[in-house]
Amino acid sequence: MRDLFRFIQRYHFFFLFLLFETVAISLTASYQYYHQAFFIHSANIVSAKVYDTFDRVTSYLSLQKVNRQLLDDNTRLLNKQRKNFVITDTDVFIAHDSIYYRKFSYLHAQVINNSVNRRDNYITLNKGSIHGVAPDMGVIAGNGVMGIVRNVSSHYSVAMSLLHSDMLLSVRIHKNDHIGSLQWEGTNYREAHMTYIPPHVELAVGDTIVTSGYSVVFPENILIGTIKDWEIRRGETFYTATIDLALDLNKISYAYIVKNLMQEEQKDLELSVAPDM
Amino acid sequence: MLRIHWRFVVLFLGLVFVQVLLLNNVLLGGYASPQVYVLFVLMLPVNVPGWLLLFSSFALGLVVDAFSDSLAIHTAATVFMAFCRPAMIRFFTGNMVLQGQEIPSFSIFGSFFLILYSLVLIFLHHISLFFLEVFNFGEFVQTLSRIIISTGLTLVFVIIGFALLDRSFSN
Repeated sequence: MRDLFRFIQRYHFFFLFLLFETVAISLTASYQYYHQAFFIHSANIVSAKVYDTFDRVTSYLSLQKVNRQLLDDNTRLLNKQRKNFVITDTDVFIAHDSIYYRKFSYLHAQVINNSVNRRDNYITLNKGSIHGVAPDMGVIAGNGVMGIVRNVSSHYSVAMSLLHSDMLLSVRIHKNDHIGSLQWEGTNYREAHMTYIPPHVELAVGDTIVTSGYSVVFPENILIGTIKDWEIRRGETFYTATIDLALDLNKISYAYIVKNLMQEEQKDLELSVAPDM
Repeated sequence: MLRIHWRFVVLFLGLVFVQVLLLNNVLLGGYASPQVYVLFVLMLPVNVPGWLLLFSSFALGLVVDAFSDSLAIHTAATVFMAFCRPAMIRFFTGNMVLQGQEIPSFSIFGSFFLILYSLVLIFLHHISLFFLEVFNFGEFVQTLSRIIISTGLTLVFVIIGFALLDRSFSN
């Protein structure tokens, strides 16, 4: 027994290293199962507060740009909904109508932290569970998709960015309705790749790509970007197209969080047919 | 002047803030980024107790992770780097006469050995960091180029850090 203690004492540096490293690796590896439980994400109270304060200082520098973006967005929305004269001073407005059943509702949020320089990027937003944000809600900007909410604390939330290796988005070529999936391959944050386009589809540079509406997260017809180039990759039979993203994810400062009110219903129904889908 | 261990507390917090508020937004050469917070591990005194070295590195990595939404990969990489540090110090200071409480710096190690010592440890840190980040070897070449570019970037920031802090940590 004494020998054992002496042994541990002699090599305590190595054993301590093993202990710390095991903790770190297991935190990393188990995260995908328990990710709500851990404090190591930027929605935790301390780091969210720090980012919030820093953002409050730096946001003054971009006010002019943000105002212009907001004006653009507002003009576009006004043009789309000329008949909608309802003025409301709350963030969410829900109309009850027996013909139109509302599917999506929106909430605005400010981006308080964001990155584009890693393989897996995240966006921290200043709206949390008390504002009704929950995991799996979509995050969009006026001109593009930003990501999907992953973690939520009471006042903040963290969304997985479009620039994330787990992000797989169902998209559609606007002119001919062909579906494919969009993924970021990690090199240039202004470009993503659309895969599984059948080779008989006619493509042209500048074709618009929008969301398909098949996913339970995003509404249809949200702009993604335009086709820049395409090829058939070695060993594949489908086209892979390079897409210029319309939204510059390095310049975002505010976002809209999309809630799909029928998300649970659609998910449950799809699960009951194909449990492994 | 503050006592020496308080200076390290200030250094710890300062580096975390510089890292998460400024350098995490730096994007150079594709998507490589400098990780200047490792300067803390590099600067601890030569005779820092093993447990303290590992524990402070663990804490440092965890704080950076908490700000960066990166699971615990900075923690794992920093602990690994700290584990390699004593061997590297023995290796690079083999011929020097050291009393123990010295802090690695230009005046103690000499520029050549200080840069080499930093380069090797930063490289070990970045290898573990970037491979843990992608969690597979599928994008090997791409990850390797990120590691090399980021190592160069981090080294530049670390050398600047050493030069700036040389006076306030030497007595």
